[in-house]
Amino acid sequence: MKQNKLFKIVLFISAMAFIITGFIPLTFASDKLKIGFVYVSPIGDAGWTYQHDLGRIAMEKNLAGQVSTKFIESVPEGAEAERVIRDLAKSGHKLIFTTSFGYMNPTLKVAKLFKKTVFEHSTGYKQSKNVGTYMCRFYEGRYLTGIVAGKMTKSNELGYVAAFPIPEVIRGINAYTLGAKSVNPDIKVKVIWINSWFDPGKEREASEALIDQGVDVVTHHTDSTAPTMTAEEKGVFSIGYHSDMSKYGANAHLTATTHVWDTYYTKVAKDVLDGSWKSSVVWGGIKDGMIKLAPLNKKIPADVVALVGKTTQSIADGSFHPFSGPIKKQDGSMAVEAGKTLTDNDLLGMTYYVEGVLGSIPK
Amino acid sequence: MNPDTLINILIATVAAGTPLVFAALGELIVEKSGVLNLGVEGMMLVGAISGFIAMAKTGSLVIAVSCGMLAGALMALIFAVLTLSLMANQVASGLALTIFGTGLSAFMGIEYTSVALKGVPNIDIPILSHIPILGRLVFSYDILVYLSLFLLAGIMWFLYKTRAGLILKAIGESPKSGHALGFSVIGIRYLAVLFGGAMAGLGGVYLAVAYTPMWVEGMVAGRGWVALALVVFATWRPARVMIGAYLFGGVTILQFHIQGFGLEIPSQILSMLPYIATIVVLVLISRDKNLIRLNSPASLGITFHPENN
Repeated sequence: MKQNKLFKIVLFISAMAFIITGFIPLTFASDKLKIGFVYVSPIGDAGWTYQHDLGRIAMEKNLAGQVSTKFIESVPEGAEAERVIRDLAKSGHKLIFTTSFGYMNPTLKVAKLFKKTVFEHSTGYKQSKNVGTYMCRFYEGRYLTGIVAGKMTKSNELGYVAAFPIPEVIRGINAYTLGAKSVNPDIKVKVIWINSWFDPGKEREASEALIDQGVDVVTHHTDSTAPTMTAEEKGVFSIGYHSDMSKYGANAHLTATTHVWDTYYTKVAKDVLDGSWKSSVVWGGIKDGMIKLAPLNKKIPADVVALVGKTTQSIADGSFHPFSGPIKKQDGSMAVEAGKTLTDNDLLGMTYYVEGVLGSIPK
Repeated sequence: MNPDTLINILIATVAAGTPLVFAALGELIVEKSGVLNLGVEGMMLVGAISGFIAMAKTGSLVIAVSCGMLAGALMALIFAVLTLSLMANQVASGLALTIFGTGLSAFMGIEYTSVALKGVPNIDIPILSHIPILGRLVFSYDILVYLSLFLLAGIMWFLYKTRAGLILKAIGESPKSGHALGFSVIGIRYLAVLFGGAMAGLGGVYLAVAYTPMWVEGMVAGRGWVALALVVFATWRPARVMIGAYLFGGVTILQFHIQGFGLEIPSQILSMLPYIATIVVLVLISRDKNLIRLNSPASLGITFHPENN
């Protein structure tokens, strides 16, 4: 008798559990657009992934009630990425942002299997019917920060900690150098390659080496705050990247090129919601609000602030392009004739240094 | 190259080598007792995050160092229980410890990713620190660097001048004889492994609290493996471990300076340089086979069963 009662209780509980778990997915799946994000590193509180997450949060706020988001961080590029992207698609995410270059092929592969799901891949160059790509014109910010560095340096030597010798990074180095040279023709830019996107130890060692060799403004195309922290420690200036890094070096940090994905993510989600989304290649800059400078340090004189403001304006309204001629290559040969401007294709395939950069690009 | 740059390079070298000194000296004691613990990387990571959390919460270096060492020792305790009490394979257990430590440290550090600390100030002794050149080269590091030198001296004294050191080495050579003489082989090995864990933890703390004062997943970045290799190449001698560690640190720093000077060497080759240089030099040092045979603990990596003797 007692056993019978126990059995009934167990049966009742399992029936309840069944009903409850059965209803949860239903209630969620019905109305909101589920959006997935795949991040390559932990979010942290500065850097590439952090900026994407700010965009995600802003989008969720802008479209409150219409979307729900989920992110997966620290996903290694490669086979693991494919599994994560597939899981997101399988679990009903109809819009998936994959935010690192190495997710390109996994994204395309999964996109083939889930034809009704929209994929947006950041920094890639392959698209398909349901895969669009997006990226920012980082070089516009680089040019502006170059102006600041060129005005603030006393030694006329700028340091650049760089990750890998690919066009994206080289373009940044060149834009920075051109910006600095536009206000200070004697500028030399020293580059150290650390062969890693994210290695605070190496970033620190490289920054130290640059500072020891006479550089008094350090910037970086890597992900950590170590260069800014090293500059602060050594009493020189720094220019951040990805995020505003001023809290890591109140004295050192002059400004930073920051990526802002808020409006772009909101727009894509809206397009998917109303069914107007189409695969496209987006390369947005200052004009689109996708590139912004972090607040300028108070130490920067008013005339420099004004110049940066004016240049920002003219890049935004299209009257000025950072890569407009005449631009000389490192060896003195002409890269861009006077009156001409590099096309987007030229920019995407840039593999040479401009005049003023020291050293050579590793092959 | 001006002398100032050279001094800067030397100072940076010492800082880059110090975490290796800690970890490798600890592993040296472990291996001298006849145990091979491949979990150095994992213990360093857990030590690093524990020290980092302690530093972030309390701001006290002493507490950070203690927590890091304790965490490293606790990790080592897992290894010790597995290999010494349960007689598990040392190589497999050590590898498992590294994998476990990588995951555990990432989990512990979720809240602390990319958080930055102030760092450890360099000491400033009146007069001494201000002697030109010498003052900067000798009297201007942070306190942990001096601790590493102090520990080196202590370990050398222990190994070569004390009875306890002799017992430790004897057990590493022939645990059977030690057992027959009435020493607790397992007990002594436990102590050695725990000490090695604490030292690895300390190396981790140095990285996360003093060297790059921030926490990042996997920030030890292979230094645990380098420390392991250093011990072997240094033929189990503490002073050589130190030389090897500084050599590694020196070439690491130098590769960035070489790039800054604009020499035409591919940066990828420069990134390999620390490893190549360390291996080449240490192989040269230890090319005498007898020397290696004399110094390497004869029972290294072999599980000891007290019941069978």
